[in-house]
Amino acid sequence: MSRLENREALKKFRDAIKAGRQQSKKKLISLCAGSGCGAYGTAKVHQALTEELSRQNLQDQVEIKLSCCHGFCQKGPIMVIHPERIFYPQVKEAHVPELVEKTIKNGELADSLIFKEPGTKEKIVHEQDIPFYKLQQRVIFGNNSLIDPTNMEDYLAVGGYSALEKALFDMGSEQIIDQIKGSGLRGRGGGGFPTGIKWETCSRHEGRRYVICNADEGDPGAYMDRILLEGNPHCIIEGMIIGAIAIQSQEGYVYVRHEYPLAVTNLEIALKSAREKGLLGNNILGSGFDFDIQISRGGGAFVCGESTALMASLEGKPGRPRAKYVHTVAKGFRDGPSNLNNVETWANVPLIINKGADWYSQIGTKSSKGTKIFSLVGKVNNTGLVEVPMGTSLRKIIFDIGGGIPKNKKFKAVQTGGPSGGCIPEQFLDVGVDYDELLKLGSIMGSGGMIVMDQDTCMVDVARYFIEFLKEESCGQCNPCREGIKQMLEILTDICQGRGKEGDIELLEELGSMIQKFALCGLGTSAPNPVLTTILYFRDEYEAHIRDKKCPAGVCKTLFHYDIAEDLCTGCGLCKKKCPKEAITGEKKKPHKLSQDACIKCGICYEGCKFGAIVIK
Amino acid sequence: MKNEIEIDWQKIDSIISKYDANHEALLMIMHDIGAIYNYVPRQVIPLLVERLGVKESLIYSVATFYKTISLTPRGKYIVSVCTGTACHVRGAEKIMGALEEKLNISEGQTTEDMLFTLDSVRCIGCCAAGPVVNVNKETHGGLDRSSVLEIINEYKRRAS
Repeated sequence: MSRLENREALKKFRDAIKAGRQQSKKKLISLCAGSGCGAYGTAKVHQALTEELSRQNLQDQVEIKLSCCHGFCQKGPIMVIHPERIFYPQVKEAHVPELVEKTIKNGELADSLIFKEPGTKEKIVHEQDIPFYKLQQRVIFGNNSLIDPTNMEDYLAVGGYSALEKALFDMGSEQIIDQIKGSGLRGRGGGGFPTGIKWETCSRHEGRRYVICNADEGDPGAYMDRILLEGNPHCIIEGMIIGAIAIQSQEGYVYVRHEYPLAVTNLEIALKSAREKGLLGNNILGSGFDFDIQISRGGGAFVCGESTALMASLEGKPGRPRAKYVHTVAKGFRDGPSNLNNVETWANVPLIINKGADWYSQIGTKSSKGTKIFSLVGKVNNTGLVEVPMGTSLRKIIFDIGGGIPKNKKFKAVQTGGPSGGCIPEQFLDVGVDYDELLKLGSIMGSGGMIVMDQDTCMVDVARYFIEFLKEESCGQCNPCREGIKQMLEILTDICQGRGKEGDIELLEELGSMIQKFALCGLGTSAPNPVLTTILYFRDEYEAHIRDKKCPAGVCKTLFHYDIAEDLCTGCGLCKKKCPKEAITGEKKKPHKLSQDACIKCGICYEGCKFGAIVIK
Repeated sequence: MKNEIEIDWQKIDSIISKYDANHEALLMIMHDIGAIYNYVPRQVIPLLVERLGVKESLIYSVATFYKTISLTPRGKYIVSVCTGTACHVRGAEKIMGALEEKLNISEGQTTEDMLFTLDSVRCIGCCAAGPVVNVNKETHGGLDRSSVLEIINEYKRRAS
């Protein structure tokens, strides 16, 4: 690949790619190669598809694209056939011959494989008509199915690097900062600090300045940053270069989790091709501006998502945070002014530069602008990545887009903000999600994890789970966090194991408010949130554990047992067959019995019974 | 020292050189060494001290701070049960329990035949497929007690 020496060369190159694609008569099969679909077997489908096309001698008429995540991870592996955007979910190797024969060769639909809306059972052919997609506003994710992350031309074909062009040649540093400030963009990593103000402050501090992308997505249950980085790395690179122009920096870093190998690989490929084309490195597009990006891999420490800890880790030290009397925009990485933003924040930058602050600030609410990508996971029918304007109600996200709760179970809570966030109960489902509304409910936006919980989730166990996580991840520097969280965990474990006593709830509240006030960093000050919100909204569950020694949801093993309701049991024998401990006995078509001594409470019978005859007591 | 293994010094050297012997890359260098041996053998530490110009204490400090670095030998297959929130509410604990029972070890331990190390990982970003287990670099999704045991059998067959 030859280097693009100036703006004209980039334009010409992009136009040539676009023209080539418009003239092409090839059908395009977009096969999702995101991590979710990958875990369901995209590689096998890809191989079968390649073989089938060449067997039918169609390889020259069809292009297969292993694309960025389509978002509807529940239905993986996903295949979309362009230009019509025919959507086939859960494609298996065995489906491939039929798909090729009918849809590719004969232009018909493979009727049995068409998507069916879970609730209404209605068949929907086109991607754009499926409620999961139709109800979203995908300004960042919209082109995903057209982008192969390893091919820079795909990014250019959808207008990639045109914002960079504009920023380099038509705008100065101040103008860029004004646009970002005017857009109202706030940090997508969780804190929600106004991005433009951060850039402006950083640009005013003297010294060698650094641009950093925080891809240490440690928040369990959130994976939008992983998908952005592994699926559309050029958009992050473009955002970072624009940020570098704004604050006049020559050196950038992406700090990414070691647990995201595909993101690292795809980012490496993207950086290499951007350098080869002269979009990164010395004298970018002949403008005289120099900037390059390096990758640094983290080591599985949640606290490294905190900016000062991340910068310590970048320096090759243990990732311990420091008090922020001096902000990192003044003194951060290598003691230089450092501008750190989250992956999704960077992904918004090219969009704002291209379409303008006025366009961007029309999306969202008064205080929170733009769209937000949520990872909608847990006990919800349509798990996946969902991009909606700020201010969209929880109900719309969970029930209209997410399709509600599986197996007709009852919604109990939605957890937002990861270990620093809180659990929001049913009465607040109509609240529009933005930074401030979530804060009012005792939770936070966080990076956008949204974990749905149903009647079978024990809220005390959830609180214990997060506190255990945070106890492991506490760096141990400050007393309130190191000792306080440990004490909270001991109390919560006692409650979950039937040793809870009167006064425990009040003690948890007291400890929680102390940690919130006195911990050193964001990890500590937000650590009590999951406990305090569950006490606030689900106090009765705590009381049931402490007073009645019962776990109503059937999670805390010492506080419940399974039994068979004789009047509901049909004697079908399924539970007996599935029980790993042979704890269930009985004759066919007669109510079965469960031996409490043999039962290990694995829950297989409870999950499997179609008649609701296995009950929690 | 007992249990010393044979080190390919040339390989270690080329890893250090790949990062220009930059002390800021210490963690990544240890990751790359770990990728060869499944752990970071203590024998390499003096070389790291010399080439990177850092104190031995910093190396131990970094190696023990980060969860992805191990200073003790681990099994051929590292079975990491994702215990992220999405997997947790979908029953990751039951998957862990089934594996502990099957392999007869607790979380963090290695089987005597050095075939499996059982570990947990806090979210690998495959939340829609939860509960999820990673075995080395392969991800297995949508698991339950019986399917996860079948996966272990598969790796046992591969190894034999």
